[in-house]
Order: sequence, then C-alpha cells, then structure tokens
Amino acid sequence: MSKLVNSVREAVALAGLKDGMTVSFHHHLRNGDFVLNMVMDEIAKQGIKDLTVNASSLFDVHAPLLNHIQNKVVTGLAADYISAGLGRAISQGILDKPVQFRTHGGRPKDIATGKTPIDVAFIAAPAADAMGNCSGKYGKSACGSLGYAYADAMYAKKVVVITDNLVAYPLQDWSISESYVDYVVQVEAIGDPKGIVSGTTQITRDPVGLIMASHAAKVIEASGLLKDGFSFQTGAGGASLAAAKFLKDIMLAKNIKGSFGLGGITGYMVDMLQAGCFQSLLDVQCFDLKAVESLRTDPRHQEISAMHYAAPGERSAVVDNLDVVILGATEIDTNFNVNVHTDSNGVIMGGSGGHSDTAAGAKLSMIIAPMFRARLPIVTNQVTCISTPGKDIDVLVTQGGIAVNPAKVELRQRLLEAGLPVVDIHELKEKTERITGVPRKLPHGERVVAEVIGRNGDLQDQIYSIR
Amino acid sequence: MRRSMLFLPGNNPNMLINGNCLGADAVIFDLEDAVSPDEKDAARILVRNTMRYMDFRGCEIIVRINSIDTPYWKKDIDAILPYRPGLILLPKTGSAADVLEADAYLSQVEEALGLEKNTVGLMPLIETALGVENAFLIASATKRVKALFLGAEDLTADLQCKRTKEGREIEYARTRLVMAARAAGVEVYDTPFTDVNDDEGIVMDAAFAKSLGFSGKASISPRHVEVINRVFSPTLAEIDYAYEVMEAITRAKQQGKGAIALHGKMIDAPIVMRAQRTIAMAEELGLGREEEV
Amino acid sequence: MEILKRASAGTMESSDAYVEIEPGNGSIDITLESVVLKQFGDDICHTIQEVLAEQGVTSANVRVIDRGALECVLRARVETAVTRGKGDA
Repeated sequence: MSKLVNSVREAVALAGLKDGMTVSFHHHLRNGDFVLNMVMDEIAKQGIKDLTVNASSLFDVHAPLLNHIQNKVVTGLAADYISAGLGRAISQGILDKPVQFRTHGGRPKDIATGKTPIDVAFIAAPAADAMGNCSGKYGKSACGSLGYAYADAMYAKKVVVITDNLVAYPLQDWSISESYVDYVVQVEAIGDPKGIVSGTTQITRDPVGLIMASHAAKVIEASGLLKDGFSFQTGAGGASLAAAKFLKDIMLAKNIKGSFGLGGITGYMVDMLQAGCFQSLLDVQCFDLKAVESLRTDPRHQEISAMHYAAPGERSAVVDNLDVVILGATEIDTNFNVNVHTDSNGVIMGGSGGHSDTAAGAKLSMIIAPMFRARLPIVTNQVTCISTPGKDIDVLVTQGGIAVNPAKVELRQRLLEAGLPVVDIHELKEKTERITGVPRKLPHGERVVAEVIGRNGDLQDQIYSIR
Repeated sequence: MRRSMLFLPGNNPNMLINGNCLGADAVIFDLEDAVSPDEKDAARILVRNTMRYMDFRGCEIIVRINSIDTPYWKKDIDAILPYRPGLILLPKTGSAADVLEADAYLSQVEEALGLEKNTVGLMPLIETALGVENAFLIASATKRVKALFLGAEDLTADLQCKRTKEGREIEYARTRLVMAARAAGVEVYDTPFTDVNDDEGIVMDAAFAKSLGFSGKASISPRHVEVINRVFSPTLAEIDYAYEVMEAITRAKQQGKGAIALHGKMIDAPIVMRAQRTIAMAEELGLGREEEV
Repeated sequence: MEILKRASAGTMESSDAYVEIEPGNGSIDITLESVVLKQFGDDICHTIQEVLAEQGVTSANVRVIDRGALECVLRARVETAVTRGKGDA
C-alpha cells in the first residue's frame, strides 16, 4: 500500500477541496518555504475560490498570496504572525474580512476544539515515507522540529504531506505518524535551505543591545528564580541571544543546574544544554543549523507540539512551568501592555507567536527593548495594539533603566537591592521623550483589518487600516 | 572616578547618543583616529551637539581632539570647550613643549569664554617612544595636566614590535608611565585591550594594569566596560580593611598614642591615605559596609 | 553668507540623517524624506529652518533623508552641510 499521489493537483482533488473551505500550513520553513505558494497556485489553477488560509505564520516569501487574495481565491486569513511584506498590504485593506491573529498556543487549541476547523492541511516535510510518517530533522530542507504542524495533522479532515525527501518505509524517528496522513506528494524542493534556518545566529555587537542584555541577565539573577531547576525561554533577536550568553556565564560561575530551555531553539540554547545549564531542551521550532543538529542527535533535546508548548486551558502546557521568558516589543505602554503586531505607524509587521502564551505562563516575563528606535520612544501612553496584556508583563529592560510592573512589589525590591537601575515606567517615558521629542499620535483608518484573539479565546484588540 | 573610559567614534550618532547608557565612568568622544580626514568637520559638530543637547549626568565626557601637528586641533577646541569636557585627551604627546602649546591655546580659549584658567583638564596620550621617555616632564609640564594615558597600539608601531595579548612589549611603558604620573601627582590610565571576544584576556589585562598602579583602563568595546569597572573597584576585603585602618586611627587618637599598629603591622601616612581613597570610592559606588560602628 | 556650491553631510545609517544642500533661487526649499515623517515631520522641518536661519542662509535647496536622527544629530548634519556649502569647511 502507498499513499503516494502524483502531484499536488491530484492531492487537492482527492482531498475534496471546494469553495469556502479552510486549508492550513505550518511555518517551519520560514522565509524559505515553497509549499504554501506551490499549493495555493495549484488551487487557484483549479478555480477554487473563497478559501480561508490558516497558517501558523506567514512570511515575505508568501507574497504571491496577495494575488490570490485579489482574485478572491483566498478571502480569509488566520495566522499567529505575519511579516511586514504581507502585513503592509493587509493594513492597507486588501482583505474584506479581518485577519484573525491567534497565539501559538491558541491556534492549536482552537483547531482541536473545532472552533477553527481545517478541511485540508498541507504539511511540508523535510523527510517522509510513502505512508506519511514524517520528520523535520532529516534531508536537504531540514528544519528540525515540526511542532506547529501537529494540530493540523491530528485534527484536519484531510492531511497531505509534501516532501522533497521520500525515504523507505518506515521512516525512523518520525515526528508525525502515518495514522494522521491521507496523501503523500513528492516534489523537487519544499524550500530554500538558506531561508529555512540561519547558519549561525550571531551575538549582537550593538552596544545598546549588549548593555540591555547585561541588565537582563542581572535581573534574572536578582529575581530569585535563578537556582537549580531553573527554566528559561528567549527569542532569537540579537539582544536576547546576548542575554542568554550572559546568563550562561552566571549559571556556570554559580554552578546552577537548570531544568529546561524552551521555545524556538537557537545554537545558544544548545550551548547552554551542552554546558550543563539545562537537563533538556523542549523544542517547538529550530532557528539555526546547530539547533537542528542537536535535535537530531541529542536525546535530551526534545521536539514538542505547539499544543504541548503553549496551549491555554485546563490541561497543562510547558509554558505553565516556565520560570523566565525574554521577549521583545515594538511598543509598550505605561500599563505594560505590549504591541508586537504592528510598527509605530500601525502597519502589521509581526504577531504574538508565543509572546502572550509565555508571558502568561512564566513567573518572570521580561521585555527587552531600547528606549527608542529611530527617534520613536518605546514607551507610549497607549499601544497601537494590545498583543500581550500588561498584567502578564513583569519588567521592561532598556538601556536607560529597568521598569517593573507596579503589581510586582517583591521583584522591584529585589532589583533595587541588587543595585539595578530601577525606574518608574512613566519616568522612563518622560526621560525618553526628553531625548526624542514627543511623537505626534497617528490617527488610524476606519476599517478593522485584523482581530487579535487573546489566549482565553476572546477578542483582545482590533487592528485598524492605515491612512 | 574613572575606572573605565569607553572610546566612541565621533561621527557615529547611534554610539554617541547612547554613550551615557553603556556603563562606563567616562566616554571618550574620538575626533582623531576614528574619523576620516574628510569627516573631521562633521564629527566635530556632531560631538559638540551631543555635548550641548544630551544629558550625560553620571558619565564624564572626555574628547580626544586631533594632534597639534594637524590643522584640526584648534577648531576642535573652539567647538567643544564651551560645553566643558571633563578632560581633553591630547594624542601623540611627545614632550612638555607639546603640552605647553596645547595649554597656551586652551588658556586663550578659556579666557575668551570667560572661564577660569585650567577649567578643562588635559590628559596627554603617550603613544610614542619619545613620549614614554619624557613621561614625567609631560605629566609635570603644567597644572592643567590631570592624568597620563597610555596608547599601546601606536606605541608598539613606533617601537617596531608586535602588539601581543600578553603585553610584555609594553611592560616598560606601563611601569614608566605609572611612575611618572605618580611622581607628578596625577592619575594614569591604561591602554585598551583590543580583542573584543576574549572574555578572560580582558580580566587578566585589567587586573595586571591595576596591580601596576593604574587608576583605570580605557576600552574600545562596551563589552569590556563591566569587567574593567569590577577590576578597578575596591574589593569588599579592601573596603573592610580601609574601615579598620580608619577606626584604628580614631582609637589611637583617643588614647593619645603616636604609633599605631593593626594586625601587627604599623600604619603610616600612605596607608591611611590609601584607606581614605578606598572608602571614598566605596561610598561613591555604594559598596561595602554600612555605618554601623 | 550664502550657499555657493552643492554639498552634503551625514549618512543613511539608522539614527542619522543625510543632508544635501545647493544654492537656491532666493528662498528656502526643503524636501524631506523620513522614517518618522508622520510623527515628527513638522518638528524636523522646523529644526532644519532654524539651523539655516542661525547660519544666515536665506536661499537654498535642501534635501534631507532622515533615518530617525535625534534633533541634535539632525542639527549637526544640516550645519555641516551648510558650512561645506559655504566653502568654509
């Protein structure tokens, strides 16, 4: 028996895709992904219209999607993150229906509960056998973890695996099993390795990034959480990586044996695992080749699904046991609400991803951001969009001072005792505006172009069109 | 207090405007080597504006002007003196005559601005063999000289030797400069450690400089600032000892004793002065014990 | 003293501004591109005019490409372009 079909065209037909249905994609191939465009082009050729695309994230490489939107092939979008190239068109109002933004934890939960059913899931797989057992760890397009694809595979009505590396049955060490898969398609290439993972992610040389990272590591040290059993997540931004490096130095100097590192995993987290800072890495997505290699070879480095990573609800997810997370922000307001969906002009250029999930779960959620970027202050009276509510954000680290959420009285006291430069967030805002000047508040457009759905499933905020 | 002094390129806005956030006790706005000849005017105006408009409280501004054999140095002084730099770093200082030439012009500009003479201190940068040999004469040339500063990169080129991480080739210059500066009663600052990625090398190099008697050390990377600050801060043991010395002095005075011993060792004037310096620095840094005794 | 020749100053790096100036036709003509045009456009134009006035320039075409420069940086770049344009740099 074999589930192999000859082409994407055939798979689309066999899956019974019709007008008005929902298709889904994962984003593990990031800006190197060929599969979404390949599938959507085929769907367009077949004249199917009015589809909803539910993707865990969308990148600039997916710009052809804009044509399908204009031609009404696609009339609905749901994603956890949308990069600037597509975001600008959405902010200009290319879609009639608002985009639905969820979190990395909220998306699989809504798929699982049937709130956002998927008719056909297309799963790009760097390695697969003819029955659909598949993995991201092997092959020329290896991306490591397939964490965001699990819910799609488990709950979509039909599942199509698309691979450029068909191996003999059974694929060893599979991530997603054949029991979820209906069809397998072999294609020449599922992605461009250069866009899938970075070669090496470099620590920042920017002095402001370094000083923020140094503050961040000291905040963690002073928080009282840095002890044996410590768990940690950080992003792949320059300052976050530098913070991980400084944290590693502190952990080694103090001989602290942490428990786990979580999240999107970079080579720096792998270094920490190998140096004995953690017992294990729980990996929903690999950011660089070193992470992929480690996931493939080190049993302590484990792949987890987005559900296991971050899903909200009664059953647990790893974020619920997370001690510290380091996150970014394009804006943060004096109530500690954070925007990572739009830039300061209100143009969509990102999304929550795991931001809200980890912020809600972690005992200490820290934002690292410079006081200002290109003359625009980071602290505002009111963020353009609430991506993560202020109640879940504990501390903001900038080069000009560290602002603690007033609800965190003990943390503030600890940071003061450690001699760290703690400032009131209103003072930080004023201090920054003395340097930059006060920016004019921009009026937004009339139309709602995106809805931000919070972890609890409710509408958290709306993003308006730009003028 | 200048434990760390961080060089920032004078024509780089992003570096200059964030200079006060980088943790250094002092920043050195560089108008010399970091600026190409056709951007000297731009850097001078940019540095002047940074001093004029930005709030650098808590971080001293030092300006490295161009050397006195260039057409730029007087313009540099004209532009920045109204904004009162903490010190002027004078590159390629080879002799007392160089110092006196700079001093004369500084005095002239100070007078024109209605500033008291010697308002702005001078820190000769010793980076030639001649400068090293003339170090004491340079340090004691005028009251305006507040410190000497060793520049090892240019010096090793002048010596026709290789600059190494271990720094044997500059040991003589280092000890000579410390000796000259202390003899003249001024401070003395060490050359930067140039391997930005060698986290252990910087600790060794800074600790060695401190052991020779340097008051602080320059840096070309913000990554080194924290290490340098730590190395040049008094340790808790040093602070405790300093307080013990001062207490022993107080006790001895109350008891009317002349000679004082602590832990079996005689305490004389230099030890007391060092203890006072340590306590002053500890208080400035908020380090050490509280006033419980 | 007026602008005698075409001159430029600054860079396109983030937090900097690139300024070009050339002799004008009896008035000040400013062309501004900025990454923060919506938030700071008026302030930036005002700053440019102020520096030109301080420097005694009454006739010039000025083109500024602002990459989020702080006011003190913008002032420096305009002043540098002006002094270069006057030929006394």
